[in-house]
Amino acid sequence: MAKIKTLDDLIKMKDEVQSKIKLRENSDHPENLIQVKVGMATCGIASGAKETLKYFVEETERQAIDAVVTQTGCMGYCYAEPTVEVILPGKEPVVFGYVNNTKAQEIIDKYINKGELVDGIIPISFKTIDE
Amino acid sequence: MKTFADHITDITLNSIAAKANLIEIMVEEDKSLNLYTIKIKDNGCGMSKELSQQAVQPFFTTRKTRKIGLGLSFFKQNAEQTGGSFELQSAPGKGTCVKAVFKHNHIDRPAIGDLAEAYILLLISHEGIDFHYTHKTGDGEYKIKSAEILQKLGNISLTNSQLRNALKEMIDNNLTEINITR
Repeated sequence: MAKIKTLDDLIKMKDEVQSKIKLRENSDHPENLIQVKVGMATCGIASGAKETLKYFVEETERQAIDAVVTQTGCMGYCYAEPTVEVILPGKEPVVFGYVNNTKAQEIIDKYINKGELVDGIIPISFKTIDE
Repeated sequence: MKTFADHITDITLNSIAAKANLIEIMVEEDKSLNLYTIKIKDNGCGMSKELSQQAVQPFFTTRKTRKIGLGLSFFKQNAEQTGGSFELQSAPGKGTCVKAVFKHNHIDRPAIGDLAEAYILLLISHEGIDFHYTHKTGDGEYKIKSAEILQKLGNISLTNSQLRNALKEMIDNNLTEINITR
């Protein structure tokens, strides 16, 4: 494929993939989506949260999980970075600590896909931080 | 914070917390003057004079989840370590501009890192915000605006990996063209 240099090249690319991909129909109803929030403040970034974020973005797409992956601020558990908050629809948020790629995979496989709890939960009743 | 990409991800989070919907990231390499300048400008809520002075102090934070905040002070320290300078301009209602100047050839100047990737992760995570990124070198200038990208892509989300990779490739190709320092 030719080198992509301009936005128009990008649009050609878009047309190519358009037929194959699913559109995000649920974006108007965020309460029906799984939300994954990766702590990306100074502490998170320094501990490699960017890799974790990238992994969640790629893996949820690969498994076609209807999830919104976003960055959030510091949740106050700097010692356990990278931290990830997962909200399953209709459930209380759960925060996991020390989430590297292996842990991220476990969270996706067990918690997100099956609803089973996995080790590494930060055991504090948690309220989403209001940014 | 090992790279400029890390710093930029970190500082923009302040802008996002300040409810900005336009964030401009400007990188300028000037080898003739031996300067490497990074500017991050937002249209968020801004800060009072007192608050701007406090903001660059280590351990200052407005958040309530933890007691210390080091993002801006790390950035300042890194710039000053290379013999550069740091400036924070802000006024309530007018937004904030953070400018860090590094000595280009100083051994402690961080590498740029994967800025294209950091940029795309910002777009995915904060869809309502327009991120502008400008990179200037002696060989030219490259500018990209996220609102334009998203508008052209229409309803196709950047969570699609093929599109994401294509966008990254596009940014990287353009940055290579103007010979940025990797």
